[in-house]
Amino acid sequence: MSWEIVIGLEVHTQLSTQTKIFSGASTTYGAEPNTQADAVSIALPGVLPVLNKGAVERAIKFGLAVGAHIAPRSVFARKNYFYPDLPKGYQISQFDLPVVGMGALTIQVEPLSGNAKPYEKVVRITRAHLEEDAGKSVHGASQGMTGVDLNRAGTPLLEIVSEPDMCSAAEAVAYAKALHTLVRWIGISDGNMQEGSFRCDVNVSVRKPGEPLGTRREIKNLNSFKYMQQAIDYEVQWQIDTIENGGKIHQATILFNPDTGETRAMRSKEDAHDYRYFPDPDLLPLDISEEWKESLRATLPELPEARRVRYVNELGLSAYDANNLTSSREMADYFDTCVNTVGVHAPSPQSSPASGRGGERGNQSSILAKLCANWLTGELSAQLNRDGLDMAQCPVTAQQMSGMLARIVDNTLSNSGAKEVFRTLWAEGGEADAIIESKGLKQVSDSGAIEALVDEIIAANADKVAEYRSGKDKLFGFFVGLAMKASKGKANPAQLNDVLKQKLAG
Amino acid sequence: MSLSTADVQKVARLARLAMNNTEIEAARSQLSGIFELIAEMQAVDTTDIAPMSHAQDLSQRLRADNVTETNQRELFQSIAPQVESGLYLVPQVIE
Amino acid sequence: MINATLKQLGVALRAKQISSVELTQLYLDRIATHNPVYNAYITVNAKTSLAQAAAADTLLAAGDAQALTGIPIAQKDIFCAQGWRTTCGSKMLADFIAPYDAHVIEQFNRAGAVNLGKTNMDEFAMGSSNETSYFGPVRNPWNPKAVPGGSSGGAASAVAARLCAAATGTDTGGSIRQPAALCGISGIKPTYGTVSRYGMIAFASSLDQAGPMARSAEDCALMLNVMTGFDERDSTSLQRDKEDYTRDLNKPLTGLRIGLPKEFFAEGLSADVGSRVAEALAEYRKLGATLVEISLPNTRLAVPVYYVLAPAEASSNLSRFDGVRYGYRAPEYTDLADMYEKSRAQGFGEEVKRRIMIGTYVLSHGYYDAYYLQAQKIRRLIAQDFTDAFEQCDVIMGPTSPSTAFNLGEKGDDPVQMYLSDIYTIAVNLAGLPGMSIPCGFGDNTMPVGLQIIGNYFDEARMLNVAHQYQLATDWHSRAPL
Repeated sequence: MSWEIVIGLEVHTQLSTQTKIFSGASTTYGAEPNTQADAVSIALPGVLPVLNKGAVERAIKFGLAVGAHIAPRSVFARKNYFYPDLPKGYQISQFDLPVVGMGALTIQVEPLSGNAKPYEKVVRITRAHLEEDAGKSVHGASQGMTGVDLNRAGTPLLEIVSEPDMCSAAEAVAYAKALHTLVRWIGISDGNMQEGSFRCDVNVSVRKPGEPLGTRREIKNLNSFKYMQQAIDYEVQWQIDTIENGGKIHQATILFNPDTGETRAMRSKEDAHDYRYFPDPDLLPLDISEEWKESLRATLPELPEARRVRYVNELGLSAYDANNLTSSREMADYFDTCVNTVGVHAPSPQSSPASGRGGERGNQSSILAKLCANWLTGELSAQLNRDGLDMAQCPVTAQQMSGMLARIVDNTLSNSGAKEVFRTLWAEGGEADAIIESKGLKQVSDSGAIEALVDEIIAANADKVAEYRSGKDKLFGFFVGLAMKASKGKANPAQLNDVLKQKLAG
Repeated sequence: MSLSTADVQKVARLARLAMNNTEIEAARSQLSGIFELIAEMQAVDTTDIAPMSHAQDLSQRLRADNVTETNQRELFQSIAPQVESGLYLVPQVIE
Repeated sequence: MINATLKQLGVALRAKQISSVELTQLYLDRIATHNPVYNAYITVNAKTSLAQAAAADTLLAAGDAQALTGIPIAQKDIFCAQGWRTTCGSKMLADFIAPYDAHVIEQFNRAGAVNLGKTNMDEFAMGSSNETSYFGPVRNPWNPKAVPGGSSGGAASAVAARLCAAATGTDTGGSIRQPAALCGISGIKPTYGTVSRYGMIAFASSLDQAGPMARSAEDCALMLNVMTGFDERDSTSLQRDKEDYTRDLNKPLTGLRIGLPKEFFAEGLSADVGSRVAEALAEYRKLGATLVEISLPNTRLAVPVYYVLAPAEASSNLSRFDGVRYGYRAPEYTDLADMYEKSRAQGFGEEVKRRIMIGTYVLSHGYYDAYYLQAQKIRRLIAQDFTDAFEQCDVIMGPTSPSTAFNLGEKGDDPVQMYLSDIYTIAVNLAGLPGMSIPCGFGDNTMPVGLQIIGNYFDEARMLNVAHQYQLATDWHSRAPL
């Protein structure tokens, strides 16, 4: 590979306010065309913008979450161009004084191909600014005409601009995913990509190592991570091929066609490069006090990166588990509830079948965490996938889940018993203890009962015991099978193993 | 200061104003006169002077995030040049 | 009755000497007779006005009347008034029926005033002679060959010709004061932010301010009482307690320090205007004021700064007129770009297009710093001149306009000459200060001369006091052209 890839992202995330950024019209998605296009949204002559406090709060929260400088005074500017979905003929945005300055986001990159190992990277965020969304053009609304729906016009957007710090599609996707997780995590956007709440513009250029930056082309409006990866891969190859065939790259705005997997230059907005930015005289400077900023900081939850680090360092989880558990706040909160609640329900676990290792006291929380992590990233995630649900729609609450996990910890449930309880909780709801009771899933952990059972088997199989004792170790499985059958599958397997080993040794 | 024909054409295009050659030339001569008047500003030393955008040095007032507007599509579209099924119609947009 | 002050009309209405319907009909009849000559109104809607008058009569009968209840007021056609055609003097909005009320209109409605009609104006308030209106020029009642000034030319003409009791205007660079001066009436542009701009079709947002145009300072004070007030829908509306602008009208002027900027009395001022202003100042000395020479050193820069900033803001403000959601759409076009370009080229007049082009140019790539930013910096210097001046005086006085009303077509093809006639009024808008014009005699051509009074921020009550005391001592304001 003699080419370096340079990628920067501009992400437009719709903020989850009730109303538009400059008027009291609703932002609910999916309304009938233009029914949420109020006087300000359709830019009637004489109407004026008034800034939505909720939008500013969300921008500040984002800035705080990426450790950015929050501008004590920022300014709204007009970006002038003509387009049917832009009713005023200008977009109110921020230009040289954005609300959020330089920040950074730590991302976990999983290379998309080869055997390369996952790694961590810090992507710098240049700035984030508030602006208004445009309306939507509905093509083919009428013969030879385009329809314009201005319901979306004026929806608050936070445009998050990164430095060109990414050098592969994998890094770009990891960054976009981390950002997507973050904006939902701190509750500033619903992040719904199908509805256009999270849209990515990707600037791509290539160069030979050591050379100055190449000319970039901007892939507009990617609203899926899969398309982002495909678009970047295609675009990178296209640029390399173009240069290697003696061509030059020209700055352009391009679109990705998911059907063909190709990118192509846009035909419109060809002269839109002179936006004639100037401070909007209808809006005064936005002042953000230290007190306001700090009061918002106090409302921020523990952030995904902090939680990921805590899971690894304090709970002893693998980086892989920690990443998965912090993929959404719902998942992480669910996990935390489980870890905390199971600890209460089963205060002193004797051993953990899930970990297969005996527990030193210092490792107890780690063992518990690993058990919870396995269940959430395993059985629970698989079931969510099968049913096409996300964590927020999970039919089994963290409390219900904890009730079941506690019974694994205290050896009431075997692994297979636990799976049955989980399936029942998922399908019918209820409570783990009641399900164990009604289905008779309680495993035998009474050491006296198990010893008696083992004694009986040893007595009834003297010849096999002799063979075992003379060195035929493989027979151990045979004894386990007999004992399990005798207990009707309810014996605690670990306990049974211990007792068998001990008694067979003679 | 004198503007070129190309300057005027570019500005007319940016401002979306259709102008024929006669109009461009007329505008060029008038705008050149106006820019001579404006050029008086250039001699002023404004080092260290902060630009003034507003008459008063105040900060932006913020609106509570509450829905206050109701659907007025019928009224608003009663004055529109061309609508269909609640959409404003324009000549086909090519992206 | 047509020469009565607003105060007298209020008394007559409350005393049932006349009903609002009768008064409104009286003015409607006068409009029917005289408007064909003066062209002061673009739209009159007798049925709507009379219905409002009837409602006002009900309030009057019930004893619920406020100061302006039942009084017919002419509204500049820049204010959106629900159900009224609101054209802004443009073909672009020739058929635009406003679907909502401007804050100013709401205020008059709440006060029970009658909307008598929409007055003519320069297209989108861009002009100083009312010759740029799509609906034809307005005539000056003192001489129908002369212009009434602009952009609130219809309002000034209507007040002078007694075609309304009082009127509203807007002032971006002198559009209340200059036509008031040229038509011999009183008008005040209050401090920027005092009257809400909501529903007032924007020309240059950081300079636009509405105010009253009437026959006396006292009438202006009563009008201002209705027009002002905080409006949460305008981010630049000032949150201040409601004032009674009549409160200081009768204070004596003893000790008043009047600043006279030497730059206002220099080259370019007509001799007759200079003399009338000097006579007015002599009258003020009699009233107990002292005169102080001051300097506003950056005065000559106000015109170039204004003709960068106002067109820049206008070029953007007028982008919404694209033929998509309302307003004029060209009948024939080939594609979207052609639809935009033809609709705008056909819908806007020459002066508006000229200013859009100036504004587009000064904001465009590579010119922003040299023009727009430089103009904003000099704007601060100009504002600072006033701050310094008000250390030495209480009000500033001078001519409103360098000359009296000129004839229609006289300045026709030279926009620069037209722009220079705004030299004394423009700086006030750049600073955001209140400014006023009152009649102070007649020039050599027997046309009215205006005296400009500039106050410090929020000093409207004092300015009205200063004007009122002069009007008690003189009778220029009560001279009528008819």
